[in-house]
Amino acid sequence: MFYCSIKIFLVGVFLIFFGGALSLLFWRKKKLSILAGTFGAVLGSILGLAPAIKVLLSGGKESLYLAWSIPFGAFFVEIDAISAFFLLCIFILSIITAIYGSRYLLEYKDKSLAKAIFFFNVLISSMAMVVVSANGMFFLICWEIMSIASFFLVTFEDEHKHVRQAGIVYLIATHIGTAFLLVMFILLGRESNSLDFDKFTAIKLLPASMASIIFILSLVGFGTKAGLVPFHIWLPEAHPAAPSHVSALMSGVMIKTGIYGIIRVLTFLPNPPLWWGWLLIIVGAVSGVIGVLFALAQHDIKRLLAYHSVENIGIITMGLGLGVVGINSGSQILAILGFGGAILHILNHALFKGLLFLGAGSVVTAAGTREIDELGGLGKNMFVTSVTFLIGAVAICGIPPLNGFISEFLIYTGSFRGLITKQLDLATVSIIIIGSLALIGGLALACFTKVYGIVFLGEPRSKHSVNVQESSKIMLVPMIILAALCVFIGLFSSFILKILNHCIAEIAGIGPDVVSSQILPLSNILTKVSFAAFCLFVAIAVLLFIRKKMLSAEKVSIAPTWDCGYAKPDARMQYTASSFAQPLVDSFKMILRTRKITEPIKDLFPVEGQFESSTPEVSRDYLFKPIFKGIYMLLDRLRWLQHGNIQLYILYIALTLIALIIWKIR
Amino acid sequence: MLIEFMMIFLTLVNLIILSTSRLSTCIKVIAFQGIILGILPVAEGHFDIQLVIFSIIAISVKAILFPSMLLRTLSQLNIHREKKPYVGYGMSLLIGLGAIVLSWWISKNLPLTVAPASSAVLPVSIFTSFVGLYLIITRKMALTQVIGYLIFENGIYMFGVILPQKQPLLVELAVLLDAFVAVFVMGITIFHISREFDHIETDQLSTLRS
Amino acid sequence: MNMSIRIVQPILALILSPLLLGIINRTKAFFAGRKGQPLLQTYFDLWKLVHKGVVYSKTTGWVFRAGPIINLSAILLITLFIPLGHSKAVIFFDGDIFLVIYLFALIRFFTILAALDTGSSFEGMGASREAQFSALTEPALFLALAAIACGTGKLSLSEILVSVTSRFWLANISIILFVAATLIIVLLTENARIPVDDPNTHLELTMIHEVMVLDSSGPDFAFIVFASALKLWIFAALFAGVLIPDIGFGFWPNLAICVLAVLCVSVVVGIIESCIARLKLLFVPHFIFIATIFAVLAIVFVLRK
Repeated sequence: MFYCSIKIFLVGVFLIFFGGALSLLFWRKKKLSILAGTFGAVLGSILGLAPAIKVLLSGGKESLYLAWSIPFGAFFVEIDAISAFFLLCIFILSIITAIYGSRYLLEYKDKSLAKAIFFFNVLISSMAMVVVSANGMFFLICWEIMSIASFFLVTFEDEHKHVRQAGIVYLIATHIGTAFLLVMFILLGRESNSLDFDKFTAIKLLPASMASIIFILSLVGFGTKAGLVPFHIWLPEAHPAAPSHVSALMSGVMIKTGIYGIIRVLTFLPNPPLWWGWLLIIVGAVSGVIGVLFALAQHDIKRLLAYHSVENIGIITMGLGLGVVGINSGSQILAILGFGGAILHILNHALFKGLLFLGAGSVVTAAGTREIDELGGLGKNMFVTSVTFLIGAVAICGIPPLNGFISEFLIYTGSFRGLITKQLDLATVSIIIIGSLALIGGLALACFTKVYGIVFLGEPRSKHSVNVQESSKIMLVPMIILAALCVFIGLFSSFILKILNHCIAEIAGIGPDVVSSQILPLSNILTKVSFAAFCLFVAIAVLLFIRKKMLSAEKVSIAPTWDCGYAKPDARMQYTASSFAQPLVDSFKMILRTRKITEPIKDLFPVEGQFESSTPEVSRDYLFKPIFKGIYMLLDRLRWLQHGNIQLYILYIALTLIALIIWKIR
Repeated sequence: MLIEFMMIFLTLVNLIILSTSRLSTCIKVIAFQGIILGILPVAEGHFDIQLVIFSIIAISVKAILFPSMLLRTLSQLNIHREKKPYVGYGMSLLIGLGAIVLSWWISKNLPLTVAPASSAVLPVSIFTSFVGLYLIITRKMALTQVIGYLIFENGIYMFGVILPQKQPLLVELAVLLDAFVAVFVMGITIFHISREFDHIETDQLSTLRS
Repeated sequence: MNMSIRIVQPILALILSPLLLGIINRTKAFFAGRKGQPLLQTYFDLWKLVHKGVVYSKTTGWVFRAGPIINLSAILLITLFIPLGHSKAVIFFDGDIFLVIYLFALIRFFTILAALDTGSSFEGMGASREAQFSALTEPALFLALAAIACGTGKLSLSEILVSVTSRFWLANISIILFVAATLIIVLLTENARIPVDDPNTHLELTMIHEVMVLDSSGPDFAFIVFASALKLWIFAALFAGVLIPDIGFGFWPNLAICVLAVLCVSVVVGIIESCIARLKLLFVPHFIFIATIFAVLAIVFVLRK
């Protein structure tokens, strides 16, 4: 059976699409269409996972080549270790979000759901095809389908104006990125006379300037999809506007296809010069710090999570940069650690970001609002959601013993090793990574304690969050699975690292045996980390037991919180999200430019006061708005062409035709 | 090793001057710099009588004469703190940090024909010159600008001292005299400006041109 | 030396760390002209707290009850990684620096959450300030440890401190001084000492660490006090390990010298607390930034060789 395993994969992808089409067919009956779509997605993903896992573990390549009539195009599908890893992330998260979405979509009472389900399945299948396509034309077609499907998903609630605007911003941004990709593929194709990826890797003697241009084009084009600063401005608009399970999928795996593209282009271009590594690291550091700073200043829960995706993409890019620097300087361990950390972080981020978005979806469904400052005390009624969200929050801050710590551990180890060599270039790069990661970690901790503390702890701050109900089991089970995976990867990280052996070897261009011999000491260290985590759990259990014994003889009583003698303590006296973040936001106000509108308190016994803070997107206001304004002004000059007279238009066409004919004949 | 400690202290006092708004602290920093720079030629260990005389003259001018002149102007002015500068103090500290890294990088790549006594001296001299220039550009008080000029001159002086060649004593004395006259003139000018306008903020002086 | 002797290091930490708080209080009393609390007061406090009942706020949930336990367990785990007296700690491996610092982050995470769980604005205030200050100290701590790791060429805390021999010390005195300066500022910030936070203040508006545990009582509070004593011991041990080189007398004399140095560090902290006033709250980020500057200078000096 295994010799046709790529055919199994293709059957799986088709099954996903078919499930979506079926759901469209049953659009009148909600439950049936949801069932068809979810079934197709889950079954198809499981089918597609099998060949992916096989390739990931064995390191071979599975391919299928069918010629096509499109010039330079071919139905060339190839699963190698890199694609297999991304397929793993895509399919796992697709199964989880499909199951969650099957119940979540029922909350939209008056809308037709078939559109959402159909495009959801199309999104999954197109993402899977993007990471396995091995021909430039085919890649772009799948890329475009992915963008369009996600556009329709983002604008699902198009009765709201801000959703429509978010969709437009997303569409424009992704197409600008695709334009860069088109140019890049044309340049690559010109060098190798074909658009097949294996011809690209076989290009010899690429002049350095052409390689650099291709790299920059890929960084801009794929970086727009991935969400690198300053091309990330669509992320904080599109992810909150989409339904939560779609946001989870988009944030968890769709933006990673951008990273996949950058990695794929890096495999086409061997011998990367040092400045590529520098560029990746600096862009990654800037994205990471700016992402987390803007996240700290938000008080819409989904917008905050979207900015955190920008931050984590920054961390992944820094790992990639470290790997490139490692390749350039010939240090294999540096390349392995850099790429290994980046890859592991891709998987980890898919898991915990998916978990956080699903949790946010549950919260928004239960409380009916996305504003953090109107929530509070949800943990009492929504116990399972709060526990899984806590696991996701602890994981994303990179705290041991969960999985986020392990990927950051790898990147830190790589940069410390680079620093110890004392070579000036390696050391400076390592210092930038260490400083940025440390700052990002501290700020992420501040941000997520804010989110978890204000949403789930304390007292309800508004009538929205009183009497909320826990979500249904169908929505809880996917979150529990994701949380369990986070804990599992954190505790059994040495085993996971061994699985990623072939993928790292493929990216770094080193033989898999060399990689596994270098990974062995790392695995031993990670086993010791797991042992330390185990000791932690033992200590917690022992202390719990001791405390129980101590309290068994004493009195345990319940009383109101210490209120310093106020006559009427109120739930609104609690700290809000903006007040929690205010010290840090003020420290960084030069970057954040938070706008505060307040009505000051006037009389001796004040009746009312008001305060509102908002943090607009700096890149959008100071970078893109001026650029687009300039373009509009330029195009305004050409407005005289648009006069609406059809006959003049026909005259234009005729003139152009005549000119073309004359030019061709000469 | 003594030289290394002196360079560390010099870096730290430069950072102090970037981040403080008190004018008296700035003047004390100038005095401290003067002492260090005076000791610097003899710290390498050559006890040439010319160098010793030179150090004594340098210390007396840089560490005693200039600061006392500035202190006298300060007491006449009755102003104690810098007014809001063009670049804030926290940001100045950050820029100073960047300047340290930059001057280390420059000194690593600068081809020198003779190697100085300690590898830390060249970067710190570049950094000191930078701090002096920075003070002149970003501070509004005329007194701080004079101090900036003095620090800049200290930096250049350090650069000259570390090159282990015999400097003609006369040239160095001439430079010191030059600086002395400049400070004297600037001190008188500041006093007169303050008496005329009741403040010594130079950004408001540009309104005179209309 | 084998594991059974190395276990002395954490045992000493457990036994002696409450003494540090007593020494600090006694030093402050000496400077104030008072007799002061007994040196062993913290032990008596812990005993008293353990035998008391506990009052839980009705706003709190499981997070508040879990906070002190996670706090103490993580600190106990960290103690196993900290070398005392220039010999290897009980557990060590390449990269344990990151585990230690991120375990501190775990403690901070759950302390802040436990504070927010009470639904009180006082605890919220303390929590938000704590989040700000520790976000700013983390780069400084990382860069300082990176500098000393680069200087010694090792990646594990134990191995780094083992390599601080007298020869290394004399050759790299500038780096040692900068790293020690960063560590003392981070010590003062993380352990809520003047000039960052006053452990004796009774005004909730000005507290940072004290206010986060305002609603804790009984054995929970005992765990928290013990954990903060251990935290002070850990930072003091790191500071002493960097500042005092390995003179080469052997395991037990080095251990004794190090313990003596840790006790001296607490005396120094007491002196600092008596002589300096608490900083304006808006100036504390600048204070922490000074630590970052020292750390960057340490790295610049380490790389110039």
